[in-house]
Amino acid sequence: MSKKFSQTEASIQSVTERRGVYFRKVKERIIESLMYTISLSVIAAIFCIFLFVGKEALPIFTGKTNSALVQDPIKPEDIDKYSPEQIRIYLGLPKSKFKKLDKETLIALLEVKMEAFKEIPENFKNDKDARVNTTQWKYLIFPHQWTGYDKPVYIWQPVSNIPKYNIMPLIVGSLKVTLIGLLFAVPISVGAAIYVSQLAKPAIRETLKPAIELLAGIPSVVIGFFALLVMASWFQSVFKYEIRLNAFVAGIAMSFALIPIIFSIAEDALYAVPRSIINGAYALGASKWQAAWQIAVPAAFTGILAAILLGFGRAIGETMIVLMVTSASEMTWNIFQGARTITATIAAEMAEVVFGGPHYRILFLLGTLLFGFTFIANIVAQVAIGKFKEKFEGLK
Amino acid sequence: MKTKKLNAVTAGMLGMALAINTAQAATTIIQKGSDTLVILAQKWAEVYMSKNPDVKIQVTGGGSGTGFAALQNNTTHLCDASRPIKAKEIQACITAFGKRPTEYKVALDGLSVYVNSENPIKELTVEQLELIFTGKIKNWKEVGGPDAPIVLYSRENNSGTYEFFKEHVLKGKDFASSAQTMPGTAALIQAVGKDKNGIGYGGAAYGTGIKHLLVKKDAGSPGVEPTEENVVNGSYPIWRYLYIYVNPAIDKGEIHKYIEWILSDEGQAVVKEVGYYPLPKNLRINK
Repeated sequence: MSKKFSQTEASIQSVTERRGVYFRKVKERIIESLMYTISLSVIAAIFCIFLFVGKEALPIFTGKTNSALVQDPIKPEDIDKYSPEQIRIYLGLPKSKFKKLDKETLIALLEVKMEAFKEIPENFKNDKDARVNTTQWKYLIFPHQWTGYDKPVYIWQPVSNIPKYNIMPLIVGSLKVTLIGLLFAVPISVGAAIYVSQLAKPAIRETLKPAIELLAGIPSVVIGFFALLVMASWFQSVFKYEIRLNAFVAGIAMSFALIPIIFSIAEDALYAVPRSIINGAYALGASKWQAAWQIAVPAAFTGILAAILLGFGRAIGETMIVLMVTSASEMTWNIFQGARTITATIAAEMAEVVFGGPHYRILFLLGTLLFGFTFIANIVAQVAIGKFKEKFEGLK
Repeated sequence: MKTKKLNAVTAGMLGMALAINTAQAATTIIQKGSDTLVILAQKWAEVYMSKNPDVKIQVTGGGSGTGFAALQNNTTHLCDASRPIKAKEIQACITAFGKRPTEYKVALDGLSVYVNSENPIKELTVEQLELIFTGKIKNWKEVGGPDAPIVLYSRENNSGTYEFFKEHVLKGKDFASSAQTMPGTAALIQAVGKDKNGIGYGGAAYGTGIKHLLVKKDAGSPGVEPTEENVVNGSYPIWRYLYIYVNPAIDKGEIHKYIEWILSDEGQAVVKEVGYYPLPKNLRINK
């Protein structure tokens, strides 16, 4: 009797248990699919941002923006001689807006255009570049000899009678500051990571690691402020260069923002190298130094590379430090002269542009370019990491 | 007949009651635009609000262009500007609300040229300034100073000050690309104060380590200091108006009263306190 009872009890138990397992499984599946949609939506969001930025820059690619100073004016009294479509294009209005306007408003708009045409100074009207659409690719990328310049030049002067949108000084500026920042930050942070993870005593590691990572907590605007007020003067008195606010100061200041990032990731990668491999090296008679350099560093190379590439991404996207320290749009690789980065240009100029105008489009083009830079850097990183993984897979 | 009169009287009373009601309810005026004008506009608002407690005035900056964009979108009542409105912006206003915005000149601003206080140069002509800022003159010795390179400090190209200087001093030519663009007058003064070869321009502000240059209209004329007297009588060559723009459809009632107050002697007295220059008598409105 009692045996039978316990049997049924057991079977009841197993049923509730099974039911519990079933519910848990359903719950887990729901949570899993939720997490899946969230991660998908992140990708979708990034894609949407890219689409938006790209869409705003599209008229540059299709050659539909015209920044020419002088365009043949349509006289207000001649409004009936042109087709509505011609007038719409002349006024640069989107179709939806154009439909809502009555004739009176259109005439008022034509009058304003006419006035603006009359206001152009005579010497600019006859300028050979006055009818040139400066948003064409050849003006964006290649040097051009503008009126008043004695040789072909790369010029970024977006607010001008004849706007000049050459993006090369900005690209060079971005690369210049990024390279200086990386050249300074990589040896320091990777060196520190090797020391902290491999050579330092645990007590030192426990204090050094959080201390360096604390640097990441300094807002970049504070770093920029410090560089502008203190570092710029100090470096000038040491190196005796002429331009006080230059790419060199900006690069060094930027490295303060890069060091904690590169250090943190590189240190994690180095610390994750299996202890057994290192102990094996010791057993074979390697010194601490040899084990660190010849075993740990090669094994963690992928991680270190990822750290550097992430540092590159941060550097090329960094805005505030460079914006505060230097912003001369000179086309030069000289590190002791000014630099104007892509990010600083977008940040400084976006708020004031005429929405939908050529300058606005060019700034979005720069945004797309920045996106492209980081995208290529990431792909290169992935490929490189894949290659090194193959190489070191056997070691682990 | 009698009832009609009575009706008219009641209607009139009703109308008066309504008017009183609306007057009692606090009116909020939103004012947005030029960073140059922000401090002045805030001071105006402060003084005006203390006298008219029914009126609330909100002032924000962001730049002249931002102000015009807000004017088109009807997100601001008044638009502060440190430069006259551009044809493109008039166009956008006409497309948005069918009319040109009304322009009020509200103050004068003299632009100073600063150099480091260690620099022996005391005065420059407008033409020399043009050559310096376009990069044609690169060394201080070409204008009678020491043998040292000239380091240019300019403003970001979104600033009204930048456009004004470009148009009136550089005559529309491009700034030299070696010019450092600073985010504001304070930053520019700070940079020139730390750079003994530096030169920059901006509002009539003072800072340590810099001095204001005397500016000559041409080589023969005397150097003029950027003082109130010289700016107001026009003998100092680099000056500009500061403006307020408003949609004519809403330029009435409390908003119009506020603008009239700004243009009165009382409003213009505030201009002086902030460091800009009051309008000449003929541009003021005094009732």
